[in-house]
Amino acid sequence: MAIKNNYIRIEYLVFLCAVSAFGFVTENTYYLQIMTFIGINTLLGLGLNMLMGYTGQVSLGHAAFYGIGAYTTAILSGTYGINPWLSLVCAVAAAVFIAFIVGLPTLRLSGYYLAMGTLGFGMIVNIVIREWAAVTGGASGFVGIPVLEAGPLIFMSGANYYFLVWGIVFAAMIVCRRLLASRTGRALRAIHDGEKTAVAIGINTHLLKLEIFIFAAALGAVAGFLYAHFVLFISPESFGFMFSIKIVTMVVIGGMASVWGALLGATVLTLLPEVLHGFAEYEMIIFGTVLMVVMIFMPQGLTRGIMDMIRTAGRART
Amino acid sequence: MQEIVQYLFSGITTGAVYAVIAVGLSMLYSSTELINFAHGEFVMIGALVMVTLWVRIGLPLPLAMAGAVGAGCVSGLVFERFAIRTARNPEPITLIIITVGAGIFLKGAAMIIWGKDPFSMPAFSSHESIEIFGAALLPQSIWIVSAALVLAGGIHLFLKQTLTGKAMVACAVNKKAAWLSGIPSEKMGILAFGISTGCGAVAGIFIAPITMSAYDMGTILGLKGFCAAMIGGLGSLWGAFAGGLLLGILESLGAGLISSGLKDAIAFVLLLLILYIRPGGLFAAKEAKRF
Repeated sequence: MAIKNNYIRIEYLVFLCAVSAFGFVTENTYYLQIMTFIGINTLLGLGLNMLMGYTGQVSLGHAAFYGIGAYTTAILSGTYGINPWLSLVCAVAAAVFIAFIVGLPTLRLSGYYLAMGTLGFGMIVNIVIREWAAVTGGASGFVGIPVLEAGPLIFMSGANYYFLVWGIVFAAMIVCRRLLASRTGRALRAIHDGEKTAVAIGINTHLLKLEIFIFAAALGAVAGFLYAHFVLFISPESFGFMFSIKIVTMVVIGGMASVWGALLGATVLTLLPEVLHGFAEYEMIIFGTVLMVVMIFMPQGLTRGIMDMIRTAGRART
Repeated sequence: MQEIVQYLFSGITTGAVYAVIAVGLSMLYSSTELINFAHGEFVMIGALVMVTLWVRIGLPLPLAMAGAVGAGCVSGLVFERFAIRTARNPEPITLIIITVGAGIFLKGAAMIIWGKDPFSMPAFSSHESIEIFGAALLPQSIWIVSAALVLAGGIHLFLKQTLTGKAMVACAVNKKAAWLSGIPSEKMGILAFGISTGCGAVAGIFIAPITMSAYDMGTILGLKGFCAAMIGGLGSLWGAFAGGLLLGILESLGAGLISSGLKDAIAFVLLLLILYIRPGGLFAAKEAKRF
């Protein structure tokens, strides 16, 4: 056990070094920007992965919490001039509160019904953002989000923001890892494998599902906060149904029930549209095909799929 | 009064379109347990092919309609053959992502074929409206509602009266048992796919004269279709039909009496209410269950 723990720490150390090295070496603001988006999407993927990958509860409305986080901080710090760090607390609190209210009845559903319930919730949040123009700026978007500052540090786009985002991503990965290694983590997996069995061995499944739903919502709100203060302009399209699907896709393509899978999925799905920009109008066709092909041939996701391929290749050689 | 009747008329018309979309989804779900997130795109295909064949090329109306439905069926069968059947490990979440990918693919293909501009289409019959309680009822609406009824009735008869239809119902009840008694359940699944996407194309034909058709019209229609199917109870034919009508009417009343901006929210609020209060739907065929 001790050895395994060490191994995990080395994995994280390598990851930390690679990320910081990239931040120090790269001067190109475009690359830093893309990497920052990858970090933000990783946070979303991590949260949803806890809910979907480990606990087996599908949510097709995760972008709602991302939107709630982004708009809460935008309204509080932009319109009312509250310190952005304080509005981060409010954004997370708002997401947690809404997740609690919505999760209470919704998480009693399962399967397609849960998927449709969360989808409906996501659509409603998006429509409210779009129609409540007096507060949110409506369909034309919200302008005037302040830049983050901490003492002498100003988090404008570039290396500073990059380190802020990835610092938070790293912390979130550690939290998820610790959580999964704990009693709670084992209980979550038990729910995934069979909810009735989990109830039978004394797990309060409804409460636990609610807790993990709230945890995912809080991570989503943090991601929304980071997104809002990074791009400084937000509009409802960024938090719609298609984005919810995109987060689900990140988790599934990367590989469910794997912390690294969320990272890989977020990376692939953030980079893919950037790469495909060159194909102009063929972008959607290629994106759709990639989704289908990966799911058809690697239903376990890229992490597992690539590992399997390497293993088969190794076996073929010996 | 006059206003309310007017809202009812337009509600029933769009409701009939939702009903046909929901019937297609519901049929597919009951025979294959698959929720097709690309379903709305077949509605789009139906509408755009219809516009092309009838307005652009100038084929006679019945031929154009047959062509549009055919396009829906064929693209659905191709999708089933290449994407759904080749999937090695058909876990529901994998299938959901595959259908989502197919939806994006179809949308992208439609954008290349038809471009980004929306198309309009004239009504199928003359525009002289009939007045009832001072509200105008377009012949178009009567057309659509009766065609939707005929379609649902036809499917009903097919399922209850023909051997193939009965075999399909058997597959929906228990796939393994049906297979054991000699029913080719694979083929039934393919047939269900064809009928389902064909229904989608029919809905597209209906909606083409009502609104503008464009490559991106499908997603929201597909989602409304889910809401309707869920409201009626997944897997129930007439439940889905009633759900569609109910959704159309409430949406139209809500848009007229409350706010047109919140129109789209009505479907989803209704969906959540149904899920919380009666998760099996108003006319439940099967109890809400796991994947």
